[in-house]
Amino acid sequence: MGAFHEPLNIIVTGVGGQGNVLASQVISVAAVEAGYRVAVGETFGVSQRGGSVMSHVRISHDRPYGPLIPRGRAHVIAGFEPVETVRVMLDYANPDTVIIMNNRPNYPLGCLLGEDKYPQPQKILAAVQKMAGRVHVLPATELAKEAGSPMAANMVMTGALAGSGLLPFGREYFVETIKSLFKDHIRELNLKAFTFGLEHIGSNVAWRVSYNENFAGNL
Amino acid sequence: MTIMGVCCDKPGVKVALTGNESIARGALEAGVGYASSYPGSPTAEVLGTLAKLARQFNLYAEWSINEKVAMEVAAAASFTGLRSLVIMKADGLNVALDFASALAISGCRGGMVIVVGDDPGAHSSVREEDSRNLCKALHLPVLEPASVQEAKDVTREAFSLSESLQLPVVVRCVTRVCHASGDVLLGELAPAGRRPAFNQGDRVITFSIKLHALQEQKLARASDWAGNSRLNSYHGPGDAGRLVIASGPCYMYALEALEMLGLSEQVGVLKLGVTWPLPEKLLLSYLKTAAEVVFAEEVEPFVEDNVMALAARHWDEVGKIKFYGKRNGQVAGPNGPGIGELDPDVLAQSLSAIWGTPYTKPALPAHQEIFDLLGTKMPDRELALCAGCPHRASFWSIRTALELDGRGGIVLGDIGCYTLGIARTGYYLLQTMHCMGAGVGIASGLGKLDCFGFDKPVITVVGDSTFYHAALPALVNARYHRASFMCVVLDNETTAMTGHQPHPGRETTATGEPADTVPMEEIIRGIGIPYAVQDPYDVEAAIEAVYRMLQQQGPRVLILRRACALAAVKGKQKNRVYVDPEKCIGDSCGCSRFCSKVFACPANIWDAESGKARIDEAVCNGCGVCATLCPQQAIVVERTV
Ligand code: SF4
Ligand code: SF4
Repeated sequence: MGAFHEPLNIIVTGVGGQGNVLASQVISVAAVEAGYRVAVGETFGVSQRGGSVMSHVRISHDRPYGPLIPRGRAHVIAGFEPVETVRVMLDYANPDTVIIMNNRPNYPLGCLLGEDKYPQPQKILAAVQKMAGRVHVLPATELAKEAGSPMAANMVMTGALAGSGLLPFGREYFVETIKSLFKDHIRELNLKAFTFGLEHIGSNVAWRVSYNENFAGNL
Repeated sequence: MTIMGVCCDKPGVKVALTGNESIARGALEAGVGYASSYPGSPTAEVLGTLAKLARQFNLYAEWSINEKVAMEVAAAASFTGLRSLVIMKADGLNVALDFASALAISGCRGGMVIVVGDDPGAHSSVREEDSRNLCKALHLPVLEPASVQEAKDVTREAFSLSESLQLPVVVRCVTRVCHASGDVLLGELAPAGRRPAFNQGDRVITFSIKLHALQEQKLARASDWAGNSRLNSYHGPGDAGRLVIASGPCYMYALEALEMLGLSEQVGVLKLGVTWPLPEKLLLSYLKTAAEVVFAEEVEPFVEDNVMALAARHWDEVGKIKFYGKRNGQVAGPNGPGIGELDPDVLAQSLSAIWGTPYTKPALPAHQEIFDLLGTKMPDRELALCAGCPHRASFWSIRTALELDGRGGIVLGDIGCYTLGIARTGYYLLQTMHCMGAGVGIASGLGKLDCFGFDKPVITVVGDSTFYHAALPALVNARYHRASFMCVVLDNETTAMTGHQPHPGRETTATGEPADTVPMEEIIRGIGIPYAVQDPYDVEAAIEAVYRMLQQQGPRVLILRRACALAAVKGKQKNRVYVDPEKCIGDSCGCSRFCSKVFACPANIWDAESGKARIDEAVCNGCGVCATLCPQQAIVVERTV
């Protein structure tokens, strides 16, 4: 395992309202606290009303980058929703892209109305695996429910990302960030959800890359 | 991203901020004393951030009723010598334009900065207006940050420029800066504490042609200043024959695109942080050595046109130059030149075509192969009102009442979450949609066409925040002229779309102080228009109310009042809602899957396995409306509140 990519390009994607903006903010605050430069591009406003949303997070060592990742150059895609993961992969993935995906569908209006078909889960998985080398699917919404609220799926996903060994800094930066951003029971809920995500990916031996906290200084 | 970062008193430390927070920090470093705004994306969070810090920094912050008033109150503070900040989206500048053009003539005293959020690609609003052309017409200087860091630095700089010119300065910030975040190196916070002074004999007046001459002088000074400003910078080889002139985040895209093409060593990039007035001397010095110039900017060819005019005026100094940009179609995204935003890919492709440098893109997945694996095409994801949104219930009632009425009534609307009434989620109800409050004015117009035989009933919907912002003049007009239409106020008790800001109908102000609420009922009564109030969650009663008022003449108002579903559940335990599988009889019901297909709340889903309806508990906000509409009463609501 060599050095980390410069810049490391992460895309967080999902459906407006799933809390992907908050997730990308936690990642970027943690990155800055760990001494990295970061550029995040996101859109909110009308797209937050049930539309496809994505945040581009670019982590680098010394040079600043623009907030948009060029096509085909995502290193990691954290997909909060299966179809949205596929949608983003079509434009941004390459065979080396690593995918962390929530398995819980959020049905678009056209599917509810019966005009469009929502692809079957095993077919989505096949498509995702076709496009990317490493894929980790987790029941983030279910884990969030266990933690206390399905709304905390964003923190489960953040935990999975933090535990993936793909970032050049350790989980402690995330924990500190979550503690500083939230209060009271929301803080407890988010920390719990974060830990669930972290543990889920950590327990998956096949997935784990040779993770080593020293990488933070390696760039 | 953190308010702690914005107010952190450690110069030289790096914190993560959003672009909007960075603007707020820049204002604090400049010692801003007064800030005002009407919420609009992409700049809505600037004032929200300052309002939270108002007490700590001894500044005044307000959500004004609209952008024109916001600019007027901020100008007042500047007239007394305070530094003031007014923030709006591009559409907001249109609203404020009348005052802005006068203010540009009278000038200001304390540094006054106008932050305008433009939205290339219309990501967070309904259009992608480029405000720079307006600013040029206004004779106001325009600064453009290229990054989150620059959002702060440019804002701070804008205050001193404004103060030295005695002229408001515009900071034009695009969505990719406002809504971006990044590491920001903090500067020193400036101590507040200027005392306002406006004495007898002080005059700030817009009158006489002499002031126009003064305006031009100020702009000439601004151009000189711009020539030496650190906000412009150059990156690349000396005496570059090939030059990219970039502004805003396009500067970052240009650097990356050149890197992707392997051209960084050969092509110079001139970043213009000041795009109006142009730093003429600086530009000329680069144009003299350049043989080919490419423009990278969003949205209109603003810098392009003005630099080309500059080059034409100085043709004998700059020699032959080939210009590439939007005018000749060479810098263009997938929607064509001047449409939508740029990004590193678009620029790499454009530059590759211009200079014949091959561009090898990473191989993207073969789309058709993926669709084959999926067994279907990718389902689109249309925008939808949130689960439990009161507007969905209101639109449902209006639609049903119009069907019952049977005269083919028409529905108009404007700007807010309820704009989605133009889409499927709002049953395609809205037939006109323009700008804040426009639906009421258009309804007033249609409401006078009966003399020509136009006999369709007219309904216009307007949000509560929009009601205060822009609907009042049209309502007065309607009453005065006896225009016949029904105005439905979709009162969700907040400004929802931009993040739940308060308005004059609320009990508190931006800074959380108690307010003297201005209830809309009192205004409507004062105008002399009959009105009724109804809860849209009580769908049956709402249908009846709409139907009843449809039969009346003259202007009338129905207030459908229910808190925004997102605001209502925030921090609270939601009601638990589920489908009783015993009662739901699936497709044999004859309701055509009413809950998921017809009413279409996104939390009403269909369980293909059981062939019955289901509630997606991760999405449902527990409003209970679907339960009242289900013909089998199969949906159960367990109330927690
Ligand atoms: S109760 Fe019914 S209508 Fe209301 S949010 Fe839940 S599913 Fe939607
Ligand atoms: S934010 Fe509120 S008003 Fe807007 S769509 Fe969602 S529930 Fe409706």
